[in-house]
Amino acid sequence: MAENSSQNTNVVVERLRAWSPTAVSEVIEFRGETTVVVPRNVLRDVAERCRGDKELQFNLLSDSTCVDRYPLEPRFEVNYHLVSIPRRDRLRLQVRLSSSDPVVDSLVPVWPGANWLEREIFDLFGIRFSGHPDLRRILMPDDWEGYPLRKDFPVEGYRDIPSIATRYTRNRT
Amino acid sequence: MTIQSETSTVETATGKAKTMVLNMGPQHPSTHGVLRILLELDGENVVKAIPDMGYLHTGIEKSCEDKTYSQAITLTDRIDYLNPLGNNLAYCMAVEKLLGIEVPKRAQYIRVLMVELQRISSHLVWLGTHAIDLGAMSVFLYCFREREEILKIFEFVTGQRMMTSYIRIGGLALEPATGYLQRVEKFVKMMPGRIDEYEELLTGNRIWIGRTKGVGYISAEDAIALSMTGPTLRAAGVAYDNRKAFPYSSYEEFDFDVPTRTDSDCFGRYMVRVAEMRESLKIIRQAMKKIPPEGPVRTEAPGIVPPDREKMKTEMEALIYHFKIFTEGFSPPPGEAFAAVESPRGELGVFVASDGSPKPLRVHFRAPSFINLQALPKLIEGKLIADVIACIGTIDIVLGEVDR
Repeated sequence: MAENSSQNTNVVVERLRAWSPTAVSEVIEFRGETTVVVPRNVLRDVAERCRGDKELQFNLLSDSTCVDRYPLEPRFEVNYHLVSIPRRDRLRLQVRLSSSDPVVDSLVPVWPGANWLEREIFDLFGIRFSGHPDLRRILMPDDWEGYPLRKDFPVEGYRDIPSIATRYTRNRT
Repeated sequence: MTIQSETSTVETATGKAKTMVLNMGPQHPSTHGVLRILLELDGENVVKAIPDMGYLHTGIEKSCEDKTYSQAITLTDRIDYLNPLGNNLAYCMAVEKLLGIEVPKRAQYIRVLMVELQRISSHLVWLGTHAIDLGAMSVFLYCFREREEILKIFEFVTGQRMMTSYIRIGGLALEPATGYLQRVEKFVKMMPGRIDEYEELLTGNRIWIGRTKGVGYISAEDAIALSMTGPTLRAAGVAYDNRKAFPYSSYEEFDFDVPTRTDSDCFGRYMVRVAEMRESLKIIRQAMKKIPPEGPVRTEAPGIVPPDREKMKTEMEALIYHFKIFTEGFSPPPGEAFAAVESPRGELGVFVASDGSPKPLRVHFRAPSFINLQALPKLIEGKLIADVIACIGTIDIVLGEVDR
């Protein structure tokens, strides 16, 4: 099965390369999964192609998420997990973004289901999706400062409340 | 958060009318948790709906990054609290993929058995609460009677009723207690008659049909475009089920159907879920035959899977591995893995990225209720406010999973 899927994905990569030689900057094969790294400026075109092409038919955007590789650069990797229901195939598109300019084209025009997924990435990683119809925070409060899933955000958060021990001693004195 | 134009004017049959903004939730019994919806109403008709969530956001994905791979299993239980075994399975499959280890057949069959029991129990909670939302009180009591039986089986096998953490990386936490198959068999014998009982109460019920038929329609194209999965997509006629499309945990050896409907309304989704319960029983019966009476429930992977207790008493290496697993954990090779299972709500995917350290670089849960909830405005805009309740119920959201 693993062999079969890698054959399929080779077809996908070939198909994308045949369409535009600059569409694919890197292909990563790991544990039977194919990751196609796409330059930022052609992401929406590649996504459109993946969905519309007769031989690709990636009609379902299953998931979208981000990985923060701080302190490495380019720091962010935005992943899109595509599923082709008719062809029973999966593909991961990846875009790499630097910390100084974390902006990428939104895929809402291609898959409307990307709406909340991209809002979640914006909320937790601070990545801007240009062309998104409604880019607001979704899980954190509107007035939250910072992006909690970034690696430089501490797990326990920034607390302004003194610990119980210090409060206790302060009351005593 | 506010609706940008607080109120607007809409054309009605009698002329121009002002709309009203109604805040529904987060403390509302029929939102199944802490979901808030801002409804812009024209009389009883919904003009616009904006779901607002995050009230239950506990940062589980961030917490996972601060734990070792095995420690994070306990957190996965708490995402979708009606499907803890399914969450365990998805997470463990992703880590196993990352590590490149195989699970013994016996453990795979027991996993299937447990996950299908979990699917029935989750559908029972859904059916009971959905019926209560729509005014059918008694179904709830019947459903929870059977769910209790499933929870008793879980307690017997895993030691816990809800937060099981039973499925572990490389297999199962422990050998199931002796006599568990007899208990499952008793349940499987009883259950078909009980499902008939629910159907007697609801399927032909005129009030039920009136509240659900034709309510919350979504076309198959829209459902796919909005990334919907699970029973909501199958009720629209798309037979997409991870167990068939991308078989995992030996599902390809089981013979079962994927129930679909074409009406794609609340009633269709109800019928799909009831049919799914019967299919799950079919899978459980096959799994009971397939599970060999003896055999390992954990794979041999030194340094990753804890060794047997007996080995630790006689072998030096086993003792060292045990100590290392529980102090510093294990380090998968750098890379990324995505594993998806069919949860009762849809495609539950887990994305794990490793940088070669004992703690995951990133764990992401593709939460089916979060993504299915996205279609809620599409289902209810232009419809009556009473249908909002039916539509929230029919998506089968678990707010713990929506907010994570």
